[in-house]
Amino acid sequence: MRPAQVRLDGWGWRHAGRGAWATSGVSLRIEPGQRVLLLGASGSGKSTLLHALAGVLGSSDEGEEAGSLTVDGDRPRPGTCGLVMQDPDAQTILERVGDDVAFGLENLAVPRDEIWTRVRQALAEVGLELPLDHSTERLSGGQRQRLALAGALAMRPGLLLLDEPTANLDPLGVEEIRDAVGRLVSDRSTTLVVVEHRIATWLPIVDRVVVLAAGGGVVADGPPDQVFSVHGHELAALGAWVPGIGHGLVPRVTPMSRGAVLSAHDLTIGYEADRPVRTVAALDIPEGISTTLTGANGSGKTTLALTLAGLLPSLSGHVEASPAIAPAGGRFIMLSRRVGGSHGESAMRRYESPTYHDEPVTPTSREPIRTDPGQWRSRELLTRLGTVFQDPEHQFVAASVADEIAIGLRALKRPTPEITTRVAELLEQLHLTRLAKANPFTLSGGEKRRLSVGTVLATSPAVMFLDEPTFGQDRRTWVDLVRLVTAQLDAGTTVVSVTHDRDYLDLLGEHHVHLEAAS
Amino acid sequence: MSVVNQAPHTALDRVNPVTRIAAAVIVSLPLLVTLDWVSGATMVGIVLVTALALGFGAGFIARRVWPVLALAPLGGLNMALYGKPGGAVHVDWFLVHVTDNSLRLAVAVMLRVLALGIPAILLFTGIDPTDLADGLAQVWRLPARFVLGALAGFRLVSRFVDDWRSLALARRARGLGDTGAVRRWATMAFAMLVIAIRRGSKLATAMEARGFGTAARTWARESTVSRADLVLIASCVVAVAVALVAAASAGTFWAVWS
Repeated sequence: MRPAQVRLDGWGWRHAGRGAWATSGVSLRIEPGQRVLLLGASGSGKSTLLHALAGVLGSSDEGEEAGSLTVDGDRPRPGTCGLVMQDPDAQTILERVGDDVAFGLENLAVPRDEIWTRVRQALAEVGLELPLDHSTERLSGGQRQRLALAGALAMRPGLLLLDEPTANLDPLGVEEIRDAVGRLVSDRSTTLVVVEHRIATWLPIVDRVVVLAAGGGVVADGPPDQVFSVHGHELAALGAWVPGIGHGLVPRVTPMSRGAVLSAHDLTIGYEADRPVRTVAALDIPEGISTTLTGANGSGKTTLALTLAGLLPSLSGHVEASPAIAPAGGRFIMLSRRVGGSHGESAMRRYESPTYHDEPVTPTSREPIRTDPGQWRSRELLTRLGTVFQDPEHQFVAASVADEIAIGLRALKRPTPEITTRVAELLEQLHLTRLAKANPFTLSGGEKRRLSVGTVLATSPAVMFLDEPTFGQDRRTWVDLVRLVTAQLDAGTTVVSVTHDRDYLDLLGEHHVHLEAAS
Repeated sequence: MSVVNQAPHTALDRVNPVTRIAAAVIVSLPLLVTLDWVSGATMVGIVLVTALALGFGAGFIARRVWPVLALAPLGGLNMALYGKPGGAVHVDWFLVHVTDNSLRLAVAVMLRVLALGIPAILLFTGIDPTDLADGLAQVWRLPARFVLGALAGFRLVSRFVDDWRSLALARRARGLGDTGAVRRWATMAFAMLVIAIRRGSKLATAMEARGFGTAARTWARESTVSRADLVLIASCVVAVAVALVAAASAGTFWAVWS
């Protein structure tokens, strides 16, 4: 491996069909063996630049190029640089670990005997010593990212490009990747360019920081200490997690809870009756405070949250909502359903309500109270149990941002003027007013996240579930989210979050539940 | 991946997956163009005996082929009631003519469904997609771009199943789960399409970054055909010949064009 030299002279790129340049006027020279952290506001073209260096930006059909960009004096060709991207799922190519690493070598027409030696070596370098026929489906996010890194390394690139490689990982996965990269670049045999919001993670490794301006060009360039002392606050405002500049938030004073708003007893959860994910003997969600759920990959955190939120029916046992939020009314019918295998038969009650009860009823109501959220009607959930999904795109149903927020309110048949006011208010609060007419799928990651939270806030549920709300978010969106959640808590909402984020836990771990790995 | 089902280890593991496909074609072609009970019965007999000898357990065969067993009588019943009439008439009511000829056809069709279905199911059982891709590209020389693109894309299918499930739960969470099933399905299909295209294009970028599709490539694992493959193909040819000769000598041979 010989480290590569990178030169950009007034370089820019405009994607075909777009009016604005993704990035422009970038002049930069990276010497062989340097390790560069590339920063910039969202939309400053960091990913575009990395893709250009990897040679995967495409031909002139796919965009317009300005200036020049060379790696070791040549236009970059695909397969000469190693590229690791953000999404662990989307860059695992083949079904077997060994094949996935070998893929690039096959494409470079490396002879067969040499391929397997290099595959084993690359897997050892990233610390992923698994059988070569191990299924890639069974890897954790951190393992998948190390697999992608091994796939890039096996090709012995002179330039390693990392595009937010740890944004979707839990803290353990982040360390795994950082340490693996650290070992690889320690002898300066590879030039490194890494894009990432979480600066502290990469600080021990990089020796130069380059900041791209949103409008094009380079704003700052130099050793990390120097760049952060001059531009630290500016970068923090752009969304980077600058070392020494925290989020500036303090934990609120936790009020006394009035009791459990939801409780689970002898619960078995899962998507299919014959494949239970785990059991939960007893769990209370205290009203009016923030509950955080943590646990290793595969411990069933998300499944538990979806079950408590009334979205997944429990396989056995039950979830019980407090009378304060449970809807009342309706006939109820005893049904029995086979729940399969070892769970035996269990009687399940299903209710059919002739009228829709919008507001929570008081325990003094004469009508029977229906306490199992899994049996509530979809509309009954809106004001009671709201859920923000891990992937915001899963919950988008409308053609515009404003409609997306209005949909829950329309399902509740609220009067139009009230809907208009509430939507405008939320758009303002979420900094989405100028995007009111945009299609939700076209928003940036942070905007999508804020909108997905907004869709739930719109109907003011008594309990709000958030699945990994801060995953992959930059500092600005992070602070916005934590403020929103805290404001909801102060207004009396109960919040349940599935999270890996230590800072989030420090601020909002008022009632902390750690799930041990499911047996 | 769950798509690769747990198949027992059999002597078929020693042949290349593409040979299995070729074998299935050889076995089924003569059966598709003939229609008599002797050749069908002979074939079913040969296939079952061979399958047991190769190491497929009787229980496994029964579990795998039951859909064909259920389908065969249905086809047979249709033939018995509506098949081309001829010979003695047993029942004659409206469009239904049960005759000697139609009963003969019914038996032949039932055996034919079994003779086509059982070997196809057993031959395709437990083919590993990766091994199949190796064979398609190296033995049959199909374009690598196409074969590997399909193989990598196939991996995304199980992710799409998870996505679809989340999309459905999210509709319930958004208050849209009670009514309007068609509209709900449309929003899910749209989201699925966007997610699929995004993920597909990310995967394509990852593949391109590793030099995919640039020039001639090598293969980390050689996919070969050996004597075992030759034996399988030869056995299939012999089995087909035996079935046809048996039909001819029993005087029941009946080609579909006659």
